[in-house]
Amino acid sequence: MVTQNETFQAPNEQGYYGKFGGAYIPEMLHRNVEELKAQYLAIMHEASFQKEFLHLLRDYVGRPTPLFLAERLSAEFNTSIYLKREDLCHTGAHKINNTIGQILLARKLGKTRIIAETGAGQHGVATATVCALKGMECIVYMGEKDIERQAPNVARMRMLGAKVVPAISGSRTLKDATNEAIRDWINNPLDTHYIIGSVVGPHPYPDMVARFQSVISEEIRWQLKEKTGQELPTHVVACVGGGSNAAGAFYHFLDELSVQLVAVEAAGHGVHSGMSAATTQLGKPGILHGSKSLLMQTEDGQVVEPHSISAGLDYPGVGPLHANLFDSGRGTFLSATDQEALDAAFHVSKTEGIIPALETSHAFAVLGRMNLQPSDRVVLCLSGRGDKDLATYIHELDAQASSLT
Amino acid sequence: MSRLANLFASKQKNILNVYCTAGYPHLNSTIDMIAALTENGVDIIELGMPYSDPLADGPVIQQSGNIALANGMTIAVLFEQLKTLRQVSNIPLILMGYMNPVLQYGFEKFCKEAASVGVDGLILPDLPEYEFETEYGAIIKANGLDFIFLVTPETSEERVRKLDELSTGFLYAVSSSATTGKDKDFDAVETYLQRLASMSLKNPVLVGFGIKDRPTFQSACKHANGAIIGTAFIQALEGTSDLKATVKQFLATVQ
Repeated sequence: MVTQNETFQAPNEQGYYGKFGGAYIPEMLHRNVEELKAQYLAIMHEASFQKEFLHLLRDYVGRPTPLFLAERLSAEFNTSIYLKREDLCHTGAHKINNTIGQILLARKLGKTRIIAETGAGQHGVATATVCALKGMECIVYMGEKDIERQAPNVARMRMLGAKVVPAISGSRTLKDATNEAIRDWINNPLDTHYIIGSVVGPHPYPDMVARFQSVISEEIRWQLKEKTGQELPTHVVACVGGGSNAAGAFYHFLDELSVQLVAVEAAGHGVHSGMSAATTQLGKPGILHGSKSLLMQTEDGQVVEPHSISAGLDYPGVGPLHANLFDSGRGTFLSATDQEALDAAFHVSKTEGIIPALETSHAFAVLGRMNLQPSDRVVLCLSGRGDKDLATYIHELDAQASSLT
Repeated sequence: MSRLANLFASKQKNILNVYCTAGYPHLNSTIDMIAALTENGVDIIELGMPYSDPLADGPVIQQSGNIALANGMTIAVLFEQLKTLRQVSNIPLILMGYMNPVLQYGFEKFCKEAASVGVDGLILPDLPEYEFETEYGAIIKANGLDFIFLVTPETSEERVRKLDELSTGFLYAVSSSATTGKDKDFDAVETYLQRLASMSLKNPVLVGFGIKDRPTFQSACKHANGAIIGTAFIQALEGTSDLKATVKQFLATVQ
């Protein structure tokens, strides 16, 4: 039962959202994480920090991003659907909201070297971008397999001056890139800041990243009021891998209990196919990358390799904020398969003239299942654009063409 | 008195702790390994429980863990193997691993079974002291197990004292700038160990990084009670066909 006096926004002093969160880190990371924990809120609230953060969000990222009433989609579902256009951010996705915030924070902490992990390469590109902007050394860890699959983003990062280091351990994907980034931080404790790309990791990362992404829902509130006279939507829909765009889109509605928060996970070939990344459906409480959350794992507690057609949702865990939304019932968790996401991507492209990222397409895929009413005000976080997914889309176009002949 | 306390009561210098991975190189080599290490004069055995995502380990130990997992090693299998532990070895044995597999097994059940097969203590590097104090420490203690915290050169003096207070058995001194297996500048390390030695801590201190042969072992032992060898030993085991001989040969280069 969700009651009005709970807060879903901020974790407690130890970094827990309900049962989930904390900082399960080896002693080698203690000093760095403790330093962040002691300073992140104070730095984020400094006037000089706020000034530069807001300036860069406006003039460099291109905020505020529009809130767009998608008329044809709305007509199709007989409701009002607003798209929060994070796809129009510089670098093509919401990821840069967080990297701008963290690079400024890193400089305030006196760090000179930046490390990051990346799956599809979107967070890596967003990190390489802000490092170029601020003249900082940038090392991005990326699974060896993902480097092969995401060549254009690898090229972008290199062009921006970042060093892309292949993670060759384990399954050689996002989870292992994260392990390697954490090991780098252990080995370089003094000069390095680790820019985590999602609302995962040890406290204070989930809270810090959620706060940097919260600009999304802050804008939604006033934009929706401008357009409809009402600040609150009835539904906010977002895709969830680690969960950073969802955290940002939900943030200022988390404690507005009338707003239904719909998180959409990647079901891969189907939730129970063994080829899925639907963490809340398949996961059990566990510890990965420094926090307790829901985690896809074997009976013996070994972390399972997930599957999704979208590399950005291909993660065996989920941020502790979201685990708590699931556990408490505050959030509604749905999932979409690879094929449903692909179909939605093509449908939205033709209906609204917007080619969405594969991640975002998962969110579009569930609209038909939400029993939407004409009076509803639905906001969908259009977290990224589909340019990076063209290879997959071309493959699908070819498949469609050959099935027609 | 615990086996660790007994050991340190009778020997304060040059304590040799050797790390090996359970289920490596073969699923059933665990007990033979323990026997061989014991016969060759090792003082403490640190037995690693393999995990898919071992954050605090370097590539060599990670790889041994992957092989052990592929061999079929699990906590349940390990406890089955360790039923004969005290028939082949009378020296302290510590289990090292990560929280997630232990939580899935059931923390209390894990501690109970570890104690019942004769395990002496635990090292869980990703169990933070807050959770230790509020939840897990009492369970560990109730089962008579020692718990060993890690300290690094970046650990403040106040925090070293706190972790020393919470630890029993010994304190594990690592370099913050090292997932295991990296070569270290031993001059910087020496300053750090001197600082620890001057703090008159409650627990003996064992050094755990960059130790691979007699000179590095002796250097580590100068300002600490002993040292832990992990990566170099795992490397020595690679491709071995005669476990006993390899263990004997390796330890002859250290002691």
